[in-house]
Amino acid sequence: MKIASTLLIRLYCIGTLWGLCFVAAPQPSPAANPPDAAPVILIQNATILTVSHGTIEHGSVLIKDGKIAEVGTSVKAPKDAQIFDAAGQYVIPGIIDCHSHIAVDGSVNEGSISVSSIVNIADVLNPDDIDIYRDLAGGVTTANILHGSANSIGGQTIVIKLRWGQPASKLPFEGALPGIKFALGENPKRSNFSIPGAQQRYPATRMGVEETIRAAFTEARDYQKAWADYDKRLAAGDKNAVAPRRDLRLDPLVEVLQGKRYVHAHCYREDEILMLLRVAKEFGFKVRTLQHVLEGYKVADEIAAAGTGASTFSDWWAYKVEAYDAIPYNAALMTHRGVIVSINSDDAEEATHLNQEAAKSMKFGGLTHDEALKLVTLNPAIQLGIDKRVCTIDVGKDADLVIYNHDPLSAYAVVQKTMIDGRVYFDRQRDIAGRADLEKEKKTLMDKEKKAEKKPEEKKPGERKPEDKPKPPQQDTASRGAQ
Amino acid sequence: MKSTRIVRLVSVAAGACAFGFTILTQAQTPTTYALTHAKIFTLAGAPIEDGTLVIRDGKIAALGTTVEVPSGAKVIDAKGLQIYPGLFDPLTQMGLSEISAVNATVDSSETGAYNPDVVAATAVFPSSEHIPVTRAAGITEVVVAAGTGGFDFSGSRGVIGGQASAIHLAGWTINEMLIKKTVAMVLTWPEIQTRSFDFATFSRKDKPFAEAKQDYDKQVNELTDYLDRARHYAQAMGHGGPSDFQRDVKLEALAPVVRGQLSLLVFADRARDIRNAIEYCDKQKLKMILAGGEEAYKVKDLLRSKGIPVILRPTLSLPPEEDDPYDRLLSQPAELAKAGVKFAFGSFDNSFARRLGQQAANAVAYGLPYDEALKAVTIYPAEIFGVADQVGTLEAGKVANLIVTNGDPLELTTEVKLLFIKGQNTSLDNRHLRLYEKYLNRPKAAN
Repeated sequence: MKIASTLLIRLYCIGTLWGLCFVAAPQPSPAANPPDAAPVILIQNATILTVSHGTIEHGSVLIKDGKIAEVGTSVKAPKDAQIFDAAGQYVIPGIIDCHSHIAVDGSVNEGSISVSSIVNIADVLNPDDIDIYRDLAGGVTTANILHGSANSIGGQTIVIKLRWGQPASKLPFEGALPGIKFALGENPKRSNFSIPGAQQRYPATRMGVEETIRAAFTEARDYQKAWADYDKRLAAGDKNAVAPRRDLRLDPLVEVLQGKRYVHAHCYREDEILMLLRVAKEFGFKVRTLQHVLEGYKVADEIAAAGTGASTFSDWWAYKVEAYDAIPYNAALMTHRGVIVSINSDDAEEATHLNQEAAKSMKFGGLTHDEALKLVTLNPAIQLGIDKRVCTIDVGKDADLVIYNHDPLSAYAVVQKTMIDGRVYFDRQRDIAGRADLEKEKKTLMDKEKKAEKKPEEKKPGERKPEDKPKPPQQDTASRGAQ
Repeated sequence: MKSTRIVRLVSVAAGACAFGFTILTQAQTPTTYALTHAKIFTLAGAPIEDGTLVIRDGKIAALGTTVEVPSGAKVIDAKGLQIYPGLFDPLTQMGLSEISAVNATVDSSETGAYNPDVVAATAVFPSSEHIPVTRAAGITEVVVAAGTGGFDFSGSRGVIGGQASAIHLAGWTINEMLIKKTVAMVLTWPEIQTRSFDFATFSRKDKPFAEAKQDYDKQVNELTDYLDRARHYAQAMGHGGPSDFQRDVKLEALAPVVRGQLSLLVFADRARDIRNAIEYCDKQKLKMILAGGEEAYKVKDLLRSKGIPVILRPTLSLPPEEDDPYDRLLSQPAELAKAGVKFAFGSFDNSFARRLGQQAANAVAYGLPYDEALKAVTIYPAEIFGVADQVGTLEAGKVANLIVTNGDPLELTTEVKLLFIKGQNTSLDNRHLRLYEKYLNRPKAAN
C-alpha cells in the first residue's frame, strides 16, 4: 500500500478520504517541556536574515521575555544570558505555514454537507500530534490549521503556534483572526470521490459551487439584517422585540461580512478564482487568501487588484485535472504582478522543508533571495494578519526564530534550533542526545508488555495484546496532512 | 524588476539559439559535438578541469584535457560550466500515468495478482508532458515500473506487477527511447496487514493478527506455487520445441527470473517484510533488488551480506513510526552507505521526479558523502539495473546522456543549461516553461 499512499497524498491533497484519518496516540515529548519563564538568550556570530532589513553578517540577536530585544553586530550579552554561538550558522524568522492540517484530532473534513461552517477546527486541536514536533524540526513555528476542502463553504479555522509539549489551550496564536475554509472546483463538486452507493451531493458543478456560496451569503445577509433590526428595536426601547433564532451555520458567515473572520479559499482554476472574487465583491467581503491557486499566475492582475493573498505549492502538479496547468513559476509570476504570495505545505511532510520549497522560486521565475525567503515568513504573516507580531527579525517582535547550519535556501541546510516566544522548542543536538534514552524506555515498555503476554493469568482485564495495539498504517501520515 | 527579468529571458533564449537547439530540426542537427573548457565530473575518476568532451554518433567519443576537437564538430564553449552524467531516476511511472486522478490516463497497474508478461515499455506514452518537465531537471533516463503506481479498486497492486523497462527521456517512439525493454520483474511483497483501507465500503478495516498472518501465508504459498510452475515451465522450455508443451506467456515471462538471470524488484518497506522477502528470494535462488526500504537500516547487514541493492523511496518522507527519530528517512542513506549497502534514490513517481536531486541533496545534509549521493542518482541505478555499460558515467564509448549545468546538479537553484540524450542536444522546453512564457507576456489586465 505504500505506493498507493504516495498517490493518495497527491490525489487527496485536497479532498477527503473519509475514515482514513486516525487519532494519533499521545507520545512522550522528544524535547523537554520548556520552563515557565522565558530565558534571556543571546544568539551571536550568526548570519542574520532579518527579512525586513537585509542580512547582518556576524550579527547577534538578544531575546528577552520571549521577544526580540536587540539585533545588530555589537549586542552585549547581559550577565544572565544563555549564549548560543552560531558561528557559520544562519538565523531566520520562524517559518509560517499558511495551509496545514497538523494537530487535528481525527478527520479534517465534515464532508456530509456543502456548507459546513458550523464546525470548527479549533474544537479538535490535538497537541500530541507528532507532526507538530516534526514540523518544528523543519523550522515551522506558526501554522494556519484549516478544515478540509470537501465543501464549498467549509469549517472554521485557526492559526496556531507549534508549542510542542503545551496543552491544546496554549496552541492558538493569540490575537490572530480566525478563518473559514472555502473550496472551489473538483473537491467540493466531489469529482474524484465517488463512494459506491452514496448519494450524489449538490453541488456537482462549478456553477453549483458558486450558487452554494451565493445562497449561503444571501441567507447570512438576511440573518445579519434581522439581528441588526432586533438590536435597533432593542436600543429604541421596544420591549416586544423578539431576538432572531440563532443560526450557528450563519454566525461565522456574518463574521466574514463584518471582516472579523478571514476567508481562506481552496481553488485551482482561473475561472473559479475570478468567480469567487466576483461573489465576494457582490457581498462586500474580502477573500483573505486563495489557497493552492495553482492557476493564479493566469489571473495575477485580478488577484492583485482584489487585494487578495495567494498561498501556493512550489512544484506540485498533474495529480488531478485542475492541477494540470500548475507550474513551478506560479509564486514568482504572481509576485511580479503584485500579489502577496506564500508557499504552503498542505502536508505534514512538505512542511518540514518549506525553506527549500521557497528556494525553488529563485530558479523558477527569478525571485531574489529576499523575495524567496518572504514566501515562507513575511508574506504568510501578512496573509494571516500577524505580521506585526512575527515573521521578521526586528526589535519587539516575538522571538520565533530558526537557526540553520547553512543558507536556509539550500537543500543542504539543516535546522539546528527552532524557538517560539524565546523558548527553544526544537534542538537538534538535544534530540539526537535523547534518542538512546527513548530507545531504552521503549525497550523497557516492550519487555514489560511481552512479559505480561507470557503470563496471561496475571493479565488485568482490558489489557491488550501487543498485536492489538492500535498502530496507524502508512496511510495515516499520508492522508492526515493531505486534505 | 520586470525589465531585468525580460533581459534574463532574452539572454536565455539567445543562449539557447547560440547552442543550436534541437527537436524541430533534429534531422539536420550535427552528430558531432565538442564541449570545451568545462569542468567534467565523469564519476569514473577525478573531475577533469578545463576539459573537452567529444560526442559522436550518439556516444561519448573522447574526453580529457588533451582531446582534439574533430573537424566538423559543433563546438560549444562551456567555460564556467560543469558537465555531469544525466541523472537517472530508477523508479517511475513515466509515460504510464499522466494525471493520477484520472483513470483513463493511468496505465500503471494491471488488475489481477499475477501479470509477469505485461511490460512497462508497451504503454509508455512518448508525448507525455511529464517527460520534458522531468528532463528539464537534468534527468536523462528512468526506469518505468509496471504494477507500482496506482491501484485497482480493491486497493490491490497485485503480486507480480509486470516488467520494468529502462528508457531514455527522449525519442519519437518507444523504440528510440528504449535502453532495455526488461530490466527487472516487479514483485510487491505481501505484507502482514492488520489494517487496510477497503475501497468497496470506503472505510478502514481492522484484522486480527492471526487472520492477517493467514492471509499472508496464503499469498506466499500462491507465489511459491506460481514460481514452481514457472520453474517447471522453464525446464520444459529447454527440452524439445514449442509443439511439445502448451505455451504459457505468463510463465514464459518468469523463466529468466527463476533462472536467476533477471532481477526481481521487490517492494517492501517494513523490516519484517524485507527480511521475509530476502529469506524467500534466498531460498528460491532469485536475484533481488529491494524497492522502498523505509526500514532498510534495520536489515542493513543482511542486505550487505546478500549483496542486495536498494531503490530508496524519497528521503523527504515522514518516518514510518510515530516514535521514530524525525529524520529517520533523511539519515538512512548515510547509515546504509556506511554499512556498505548499495542504493539509488528513486522518485517512485512522475510529477515529483524532478525532486530527485533534492532527495539526494537532503541525504547529504544528513550525513551521506556527496560523491555517494551523486552516484546514487547516476551510476548506481545504472549498475543496479544492469545498464551501466551504456549510461551512468562519462566514459568513452558510453551513450552520450549528459547535462551541462551552472553548478551542483543536486542543489535547488542550479540550472541545467544543456542536456544531451543519445548524443542529441535535446530541448529543455516543456509545458511549464511554455505556460510561464505565455502568461509572463499577458498584457496588464484592465480590471
